[in-house]
Amino acid sequence: MTHILSFQLNGAPVQALVKPSDSLLDVLREKLDVTSPKRGCDSGDCGACTVLLDGTAVRACLTCALTVEGKQVVTVEGLSREGELQPLQEAFMAHGGSQCGFCTSGMLVSATALLAKNPHPQRQEIAQEMSGNLCRCGCYEEITQAILDTARKGE
Amino acid sequence: MKKNGVGMCLVLHPTGRKGGGDPSQAIIQLKPDGSLFLKVGAVDLGQGALTMLRQVAAEAMDVDIATVYASNRSDDLAPLSAGSAASRVTLVDPHAVVEAAKDLRAKIAAFAAHRLEIDAGNVELADGKAFAKDNPHHHMTFADIGMIANLGEGVILVGTGAWQPSPVQGHDPETGYLDQESVISFGCCVAEVSVDTGTGEVEVTKLVQVWEVGKAINPLMVKQQINGGLQIGMGLALRENLFPHYPDPTHGIEALADYPMPTFMDYPPELIHGIQEVPHPMGVKGAKGFSEGSATAPVPAIISAIHDAVGVWIHEVPATPEVVLRALDAKEHGGATDYWSHQDRSAWLA
Repeated sequence: MTHILSFQLNGAPVQALVKPSDSLLDVLREKLDVTSPKRGCDSGDCGACTVLLDGTAVRACLTCALTVEGKQVVTVEGLSREGELQPLQEAFMAHGGSQCGFCTSGMLVSATALLAKNPHPQRQEIAQEMSGNLCRCGCYEEITQAILDTARKGE
Repeated sequence: MKKNGVGMCLVLHPTGRKGGGDPSQAIIQLKPDGSLFLKVGAVDLGQGALTMLRQVAAEAMDVDIATVYASNRSDDLAPLSAGSAASRVTLVDPHAVVEAAKDLRAKIAAFAAHRLEIDAGNVELADGKAFAKDNPHHHMTFADIGMIANLGEGVILVGTGAWQPSPVQGHDPETGYLDQESVISFGCCVAEVSVDTGTGEVEVTKLVQVWEVGKAINPLMVKQQINGGLQIGMGLALRENLFPHYPDPTHGIEALADYPMPTFMDYPPELIHGIQEVPHPMGVKGAKGFSEGSATAPVPAIISAIHDAVGVWIHEVPATPEVVLRALDAKEHGGATDYWSHQDRSAWLA
C-alpha cells in the first residue's frame, strides 16, 4: 500500500509515492533523486545521511518517511543561499574539511545544526555533538577548526 | 589512576617501487573550448591525486587550473598507472603529465605556427595563448586553437606522456638484494597519552606529526593527509580489532557501530602537523609521496608513550583496554615488562 507524502524540501514543496516501510533516505535518494545524503551504513551509525528536520539534525536512514508529512527537510543543497556558499561551507573549504567527500554533506548539516543550537561551541562540545558523524579520511581536526572559525567570525 | 607518558618514533617511508618498473602514463587533450582534458590512471580515493595532477598540468601548460579537467574514472579510458599505492603517485605520475604537456605544447605550437603564418621556432606558448616571440600581439588563444582545430579542420590535438623511474630490476641472485624503493620520505611523530590503570583505556592527549615531503605541491592536502593518517594510525594502535568477542564469535562485529574506529571524541585535543621541504632530485619540483606513512607513524609513538606512562612494552596492536590491563597484570604479578598475548585466533577465524 502506498501513500502520497508531501513535505518541504529545501524550501520547495515536494510529493512522493511512498510505502510505509520507506525511510526518509529511501525517499530522498530513490524517489526524489537527492543523493547528497549518503547511504553509508543504513543503520544510523555513520551520520553520512544526516538532514535537518524542522531544524533538528536527524539520520534520514532511521527516519520513517511518513513521519515527515508537512515538515521542513533541509539537505546540504539547502544550506547555500541564492547560489552563495555560507560561511560554514567556505570555512570547510579553507580548512580542508573534506577529502573523499563521502561524509561531507552529513558533516555540514550536523555542523549547521550545532551552530544553530550553540553559536559559540567549545572544542569539547564540537567533539561531542559531531561524534555521530564518522570520517575515514580523518578530517576531524580540519572540520573542528572550520566550525571554530565560523563561530569566531559570526561574532 | 591516570598515568601520563610521552613517546616518539621516526619513520623512513619508502615511496615508489622502481623494482617493478613503476610506470605511469598521461594523456592531455585540447578541447574545442580551449580547456584541457587530462586523463590519468592514478586512482583518487580522496587523497587528492587528481587535484595535484591538475596543478602540475596547469603549470606545465601555463594555463589557469580552472580550465584543466581530469578523469581517472575508468580503466577503459584511462592510460596506465602502476597504481595509487606505495605513496608513488606524487613521485611518478607528475613526470608523465609533464611529458604529455611537452608533447601537446609542441603540437599546439606547430598548429598555431601554421595558422599565424610564422615559423614554428618563433611560436611561444604562455598564459593560455600561442603568440609570435617577436610580436606578442600576433596571437591565438587556446580557445581559438581548440575551436579551429577540432571543429574547423577536424584535427585532434593530444599530448601523450609516459615515465618510469628505471627499467624493471631483478633481485641479485647472490644476495637476494632488490633496490625496491625509489625515494625515502622522512616522518616523525610524538604522542602524549594518558593511561587509566583502572580501566586500561588510553587517551591520546596531544600528537605532533611532521613529514619531509620534498615539495608540498598542495600544502592543504599534505596537511589533510598528515592529520588524516592519524584516523587510521590511532585505530591501528588502540581501537580497531575483530577479536575477541565473548563468549564466542557469534557476538562478533556485525555493524559499523560495533567497529570502534576513531571519532571526533578520540582525536587529541591538541593536534599539530608540520611540513618540511627538501626538494628531491627525482621528483617534479622535488616532490615525493609520503601519505601512507602518516597512518603508520602514530602507532609506535603511541605504544612507546604507553611504555613511558606505565612501564610495559605492548607487542601487539591494538592496545585495547583488555590488552593494557593484561599487560599491567602480568607486570604486577610476574614483573614482566613486555607483553604479547600469543592468543590462538584460529578458532575465531574458523
